[in-house]
Amino acid sequence: MRDVAIVGAGMTRFGELWESSLRDLFVEAAVEALTSAGADHLDDLYVGNMSGGQFVGQEHLAPLMADHLGMAGIPATRVESACASGGAALRLGYMSVASGMSDVAMVAGVEKMTDGADVTNVLATAADQENEVYHGITFPGLYAMIARAHMAKYGTTDEDLAWVSVKSHHHGSMNAKAQFHREVTVEEVMSSTMVADPLTLLECSPVSDGAAAVILVPLDQAKKYTDRPVRIRGVGQATSAMALADRRDPAALDAVAKAAERAYKATGLAPKDIDVAEVHDCFAIAEIACIEAVGFACEGEGKDAARSGMTALGGKIPVNTSGGLKSKGHPVGASGVAQAIEIFEQLRGEAGERQVEGAHTGLTQNMGGSGASSLVHIFERV
Amino acid sequence: MPSPRYWREVPNRYRLEGAKCADCGKVTFPARHVCPDCRSANMEAMALSRSGKVVTSTVVRTPPDDLLMESPYAVAVVETPEGARLMVQVADCDPEEVLPGMEVSLEFRLIRKEGHGGIRCYGHKAVPVV
Ligand SMILES: [Zn+2]
Repeated sequence: MRDVAIVGAGMTRFGELWESSLRDLFVEAAVEALTSAGADHLDDLYVGNMSGGQFVGQEHLAPLMADHLGMAGIPATRVESACASGGAALRLGYMSVASGMSDVAMVAGVEKMTDGADVTNVLATAADQENEVYHGITFPGLYAMIARAHMAKYGTTDEDLAWVSVKSHHHGSMNAKAQFHREVTVEEVMSSTMVADPLTLLECSPVSDGAAAVILVPLDQAKKYTDRPVRIRGVGQATSAMALADRRDPAALDAVAKAAERAYKATGLAPKDIDVAEVHDCFAIAEIACIEAVGFACEGEGKDAARSGMTALGGKIPVNTSGGLKSKGHPVGASGVAQAIEIFEQLRGEAGERQVEGAHTGLTQNMGGSGASSLVHIFERV
Repeated sequence: MPSPRYWREVPNRYRLEGAKCADCGKVTFPARHVCPDCRSANMEAMALSRSGKVVTSTVVRTPPDDLLMESPYAVAVVETPEGARLMVQVADCDPEEVLPGMEVSLEFRLIRKEGHGGIRCYGHKAVPVV
């Protein structure tokens, strides 16, 4: 296996982008990524996308996107793992370059969610149709049940959840590409509309359009493209029971823990070695459960991290400096790639006001559904 | 939902039928071909008791379109005495009162009406034990 580096990145603004179609979003991010790397061709393309078919009636995205990038002819593959589609695409791009199959690969993620589809129903297809969705559960509802289990087991409170959103919005207020730039208070979060008890509207990530793309090359060729490549040190991927009812513990995200364990094993690193991280905060409780699963907090102690400042900029382990899915936005198939871009910028020292000083090693954690699939990537400044 | 698909779900929707692993004793709902714990294929059909306890729960206030008229409603993961866990709505009570630990019984109910024809789809809902 060859070492692999990211040498370029491109990303649209995230939000309700009514002027852009699914393909427009992809092309904007992809062209920016190619330009930033100075790459003139691709040997391989992976496109992460959860549900072009249901959001805008478009499947078969791989050739469509290659075509609209002016690269019809290249190998291209669409990758789906619900909200972890982008992370799953990144792993395949990494494998493509690491294996020697390709020397220049693009990994992109794209989702167009605001073209009028019934978003609640489309997202629910990432849950177990027969055993969960049939009974009227929604995605906020599934995470609300995880939250209530976490509360019952560890004493997590509504205020603990609210602090996660306060922190996310604070970080997002410094990100020009984020959907929301407004800071919020604990009182505002707690008094916003209840979506699925105990989760309020401001504890749920929004419906977003957006795309993100990165260029991967072998590390020993990276300096041809950029002075500051970021090495992908390793990746872990895992699954767990699909339905929440079938999990060992509804308060725990076992797939995330397993993916992290595999990524740490692949790299020889430990949670204490990570300087900055992006985790999958689709709902406030998800950030709490994810930082426990990747080892930034002990089991049951993730609830205190946002309030104490541990996971804020300037804290021991800044988490979701981009604003996270909550504030940056969550175009589901794009999120896993956008997380990698935040870490890429952090490790290159390009994160501006959000910069984590001296960041050397970063981690991304992306997950699908109510946590049945997850990916963890670890990156390092070169 | 086309009728063959509906028909295939009859054992779990109508009879609350799961399966028990003859090798390790794991009980699943609905039935599965392969045991998730030991991978044995010796899975035997088993009807669940119509009672259980809430493991975790929520109140859905932004429902899918089909259930707009039902909202807000409680949904819970319920564990039966056999150790099977299933997700069901909890009816006949204030949804905010459905919390972990609550004792429930499982009753055969109308779950939803699907499509333009409003096909009636049945299954089980939990109700509090009074
Ligand atoms: Zn078994």
